[in-house]
Amino acid sequence: MKKFKLSNVILAIAAPVAAAVVSIVISSVAVLASHKSPKDAYTTMWEFGTTSASLMQMLNTATPYYIAAIAIAITFRAGLFNIGVEGQLRLGAMFGAYLGAMFVLPPVIHVIAIMIISMTVGGLWAAIAGYLKVKRGVSEVISTIMLNSLAGGLSSYLLATYFVDRTTDSNNMSTKMLPASAQIPDLMPLLNKLGVENQPGGGVYGMLIFAIVLGGIFWFVINRTRFGFELRASGSNPIAARVSGVNSKRMTFVALAVSGAVAGLAGLPAVLGDTHQFNMGFRTGIGFSAIAVALLGRNNPVGMGISALLFGFLEVSSRSLELIDIAPETYVIMQGSILLSSVIAYEVVRRYKITLQSKELAKAVEA
Amino acid sequence: MSVAVELRHISKRFPGVIANKDVSMSVETGTVHALVGENGAGKSTVMKILYGMQRPDGGEILVNGKSVHFKNPNDAIDASIGMVHQHFMLADNFTVLENIILGSEPKRGITIDFAAARKKVVEMAAQYGLDIDPDILVEELGVGARQRVEILKVLYRGARILIFDEPTAVLVPQEVDDLFNALEGLRAEGMAIIFISHKLDEVLRVADDVTVVRAGSTVAEVKSKDVTARQLAELMVGSELPQPTTHGDTRRPEITLALKDVSIPTKSGSRDLISHITFNLHAGEVVGIAGVEGNGQAELVEAIMGLRDYTGDIEFSGTNINELNVAHRRDLGIGLIPEDRQRQAMMMESPLWENRILGHQRGKPVMRGFVLDKKTTIADTRAIMAEFDVRAPGPTTLAAALSGGNQQKFIVGREMSKAPSLLVASHPTRGVDVGAQGAIWEELRRAREKGMAILLISADLEELIGMSDRLLVMLRGTITLEITDSTKTTPEQLGSAMTGAE
Repeated sequence: MKKFKLSNVILAIAAPVAAAVVSIVISSVAVLASHKSPKDAYTTMWEFGTTSASLMQMLNTATPYYIAAIAIAITFRAGLFNIGVEGQLRLGAMFGAYLGAMFVLPPVIHVIAIMIISMTVGGLWAAIAGYLKVKRGVSEVISTIMLNSLAGGLSSYLLATYFVDRTTDSNNMSTKMLPASAQIPDLMPLLNKLGVENQPGGGVYGMLIFAIVLGGIFWFVINRTRFGFELRASGSNPIAARVSGVNSKRMTFVALAVSGAVAGLAGLPAVLGDTHQFNMGFRTGIGFSAIAVALLGRNNPVGMGISALLFGFLEVSSRSLELIDIAPETYVIMQGSILLSSVIAYEVVRRYKITLQSKELAKAVEA
Repeated sequence: MSVAVELRHISKRFPGVIANKDVSMSVETGTVHALVGENGAGKSTVMKILYGMQRPDGGEILVNGKSVHFKNPNDAIDASIGMVHQHFMLADNFTVLENIILGSEPKRGITIDFAAARKKVVEMAAQYGLDIDPDILVEELGVGARQRVEILKVLYRGARILIFDEPTAVLVPQEVDDLFNALEGLRAEGMAIIFISHKLDEVLRVADDVTVVRAGSTVAEVKSKDVTARQLAELMVGSELPQPTTHGDTRRPEITLALKDVSIPTKSGSRDLISHITFNLHAGEVVGIAGVEGNGQAELVEAIMGLRDYTGDIEFSGTNINELNVAHRRDLGIGLIPEDRQRQAMMMESPLWENRILGHQRGKPVMRGFVLDKKTTIADTRAIMAEFDVRAPGPTTLAAALSGGNQQKFIVGREMSKAPSLLVASHPTRGVDVGAQGAIWEELRRAREKGMAILLISADLEELIGMSDRLLVMLRGTITLEITDSTKTTPEQLGSAMTGAE
């Protein structure tokens, strides 16, 4: 039995290691193709990426990735695919920032109120896809992609026409500044106490802690509650779930709406922790990178945390590639090759595991 | 007489499956040779090896005295071996003739020589007594006729050695008689026939020789005239065969389930899927639903479980449950053993303890409030596995790793553990070995005595007759006959009723 457990550990490590090796090979080929030394590239990235300032940026990049990845993982576990996180988080952040600036509440409560607004908006937006799926049989993959385009246009229009704060004459159109009660403090003072020094332009979003808590909640709800079980059952065998008394239509709708609600939070780390308003410079692409984070992290809260950090690290450290004349977009190749090779590696390991279990079983039966 | 096929010490291992350890058999021309054994004994594997679908790890195959090594079924077909599959592989929208020649069409230039093909097929059909109209569409044919098409298709390719894989599993008794007459004709023509089955009375009727395999090894090769069904059964299982019987009348006055004029209309307005079904099921009673598959039994189950919209009324313990969904009906105490365990009752890639929860996720013992009680669930899973003899390393084993029989025992155990007052059991022993079958019957018996009402749907007529107090025959969505005392009927009579022959 002990030996079996050891092999389990080896198997668990095998997939990520194999994926890492393959993706390093692919990325190296890409660097070589531009007549540069892969070794130089990796050294530069490592040196730049491991500075304190870069590590802080890595955390700030990873936080929204992580929240958005949880949103996507909810649908993955239900056998659905919410590609619309990008649009949901954009609308959630904008409405949160706009409406949140219209009132003042005591500090923590104000932040909670904004979160509820963002979750409601993101959830409603995703619920459109849920409604279409349940009532009209429209694939949620298609409808959420289309809702992304709508959300992009809608947010620009609303911002420019109604939500823009006309009291300031900045070139960057933005909503009104949030009052202090709606701002989440930076983690820097806390880090100072732990011996981390201030960096120019540095800082760590306070919502990092919220994201970690959210990961724990996600794990508990999915693995330890009836709702989570029914959601996973719908994902792993929808027919058996229905026969077992799970209302599959309701589950589809609820899973998409909850996913959208969580997605609605993914834009808030920057809005509440840094810009304190929603503006045209709002970061794009979080919802798409988060798909890769969820896939790489296998919908597991710890796994997604690691992959969010990895993607954050690559994104930040690859900026240094420009210094040695390599296109920083090389990181997109790295990201892609990691994802591709890990998805394949996980599948190979999964099949091998089933074979291994069958062998164990054969032994048990013969004995 | 000469030996057509000989298998010597065939062995084959798969991960997790006891396939073949040492299977030997020798089939003479002009005989019907039965290969019998429990499910999982290795019958199918040895036939797949003979038909070139799998390669043996060890041993030798001789066809007409020559050693052969098949890489694929085409090699086997070239060696004049043909297989009549249990599940037919026919194109519904082709005629009988087109299906028979499909894949080996006679050509005249670039066109198919239908005239020559028809002549040959008609001749063959007459020669072997396989009555069939070559120009009818296959979709219009019944099961028995489809099987004849399959046989002709194999013969058309020049097969002299025919493998029949559980050919009677899908047939009603009258069709079985027709098949056996056809086999008689084939034997007379000097064919060698390998007949795979676990129905021993049929084997003794049709076979000359019988090879018995158990746990992957040949345990006996006997002449059928020298043995009885009981002796064969004992060879198969190494012990005595369980019987589907119930004792005494345990019916109680209270009505557990009542259907009143239940119909499932189709949207297109064609014939109702089930039509005006009315019956009562008492506590402590087993009512068997007999019928050829596809006559509304599955839809009836779905209506009772709330998986499908219906008209009419369904009452459970005196309360109308029309408005209740699946979950609420299960909560009230309706258990279900669905007909297709992998599709409807299991999460194959989840461990057994999670499968334990499926269908029971709304209460104890697996839940404490809304929170899953993993520890208790695992303990409970272990208890079910022990009580129902589910052979697996433990509760964390993935469902996919279990054999079909063990999966079924687990599902039966899961449903029984809640002690529902009504159990809807669809083919509860389909595809399980004799040992598991006996265990499941015993569980049903015990539950019946304790007052559980059981609705039993099965294609195994002996199981239906033996286990049921009362039988209802379904044909085209309606109940065409009620047999109030199931001991007064035979499988043959029931089979006639099922096809509407009476």
